[in-house]
Amino acid sequence: MSYNFNWKIMLSGEPAQWMWEGFVTTLQIASISLVCSMLLGIIICVFRMTPFRLLQWFSLAYTEFFRNTPLLVQIFFWYNASHFVIPTSINKWMNALYHWFPGPFTLFGHEFAGQWMLFNVEFITGVIALTVYTSAFIAEEIRSGIFSIPKTQLEASRAVGLSFIQAYRYVILPQALRIVVPPLISQSLNLIKNSSLCMVIGVTELMFMASQVESYYGAPFEAFSAALLIYLAISLFVSFCINMYNKHFLIQVSY
Amino acid sequence: MHWNIVFDNFDYFLWGRATVDGVFPFVHDVGGMAAGIILAFFGILGAFWIGLAAGLMRLSRRWWVKYPAVVYIEVIRGMPLLLLIFWFFFLAPVVLGKSLPAFSTTLVCFIVFTGAYVAEIVRAGVLALPKGQMEAARGSGLSRYQAMRYIILPQALRNMIPSFVNQFVSLTKDTSLASVIGVNELTRTGVQVDNREMIASFEIWITIALLYFLICYVLTSISRRMEAHLSRYQARGR
Repeated sequence: MSYNFNWKIMLSGEPAQWMWEGFVTTLQIASISLVCSMLLGIIICVFRMTPFRLLQWFSLAYTEFFRNTPLLVQIFFWYNASHFVIPTSINKWMNALYHWFPGPFTLFGHEFAGQWMLFNVEFITGVIALTVYTSAFIAEEIRSGIFSIPKTQLEASRAVGLSFIQAYRYVILPQALRIVVPPLISQSLNLIKNSSLCMVIGVTELMFMASQVESYYGAPFEAFSAALLIYLAISLFVSFCINMYNKHFLIQVSY
Repeated sequence: MHWNIVFDNFDYFLWGRATVDGVFPFVHDVGGMAAGIILAFFGILGAFWIGLAAGLMRLSRRWWVKYPAVVYIEVIRGMPLLLLIFWFFFLAPVVLGKSLPAFSTTLVCFIVFTGAYVAEIVRAGVLALPKGQMEAARGSGLSRYQAMRYIILPQALRNMIPSFVNQFVSLTKDTSLASVIGVNELTRTGVQVDNREMIASFEIWITIALLYFLICYVLTSISRRMEAHLSRYQARGR
């Protein structure tokens, strides 16, 4: 089998346009679900810390279940099966969001076609799946970060006369967050990489666009290599940020 | 609720259309959860050796040994597994001149992908040992290779076992991606039955998720217990 490499088609015209749109969509889906999963992860983590058994059990079951099931299966579940259990009103709301958003529009002489109409059902499903999956990991990261602060810190600050909330606010969290930030950044990197799975339900992100270039122009190797380079650039940038952070901010906790 | 659809197809979820009447390799058309476990098992087996080699290369002081390993680890860890699978799926025919079956394609991808993560585990495991171990081994007259082979690795590998189990768990989850290029494993059997029956999506996907959960949770618990058990004997630096 002979294969003619044709790298030029990736650099201009439709393939380049599609890859760019895919890149933008990847960043959008990743950033939206990152923010959501941070919030959800903190909530789940707080549930685990509360003295209420029921909340603890809920949070434990949540993290264990969503960490131990493949993301692909979760995506299929949210996309194919969730409307059997989600109330109809929410389904209607999700469909309605699509119509709220403006259609194609022109800005600075550039035609923004499909890429800004992100609130379609696929996109929202993708965000939900990524959010739920990642929040389970984030909850665990935050919890282990807080647990790595020696208990004596809390006892000492309580003895000095701080209230429980003050102790957390001024003593525990400032230390814990410094430890937690690097794993959280690498979690967000995982999130960006995991967002590629959303192609199976038709979210038009980078992987989807690469396979679209593959099927339209018959240039699979070039298309996926271009996608590879983009993902690699993102991840090298993020790991560079982690290294910078570690260099400047990481504290050594002494026990 | 249509749980009967799940019960009717449960053996299909577990081992696909596997039959044992073949002459070689005795079992044909393994699919479902069995195929996933086979992929994960051979994936981690292959990845162990590649990861061991890459991890030790990464620790080398010679740049021409070290940097190929650095590039391999960074590139593979920087890309999604799905992309690697697609990329290799289209690369293999170009290099080999004939197309590979999807099963082998994904197996190669799993080995290459997990190898990079195993390499980091190996590196961390070796670096976690006290420096004195290497110094003492070298001081007693062992060569660098011998010290690594007889002193460092036996200790480091034992400490790495929980991480390997965790990697096996995440590989088991990742086998679901093989369905995208058509390997008939658990996720794909789910897609097939779901598309055929159309009315039992919820039941089917909950079942699939629980089947994955079953394997992964058991393994995670084992690794957690092992971690606690091994930490008592762990040689530590500082």
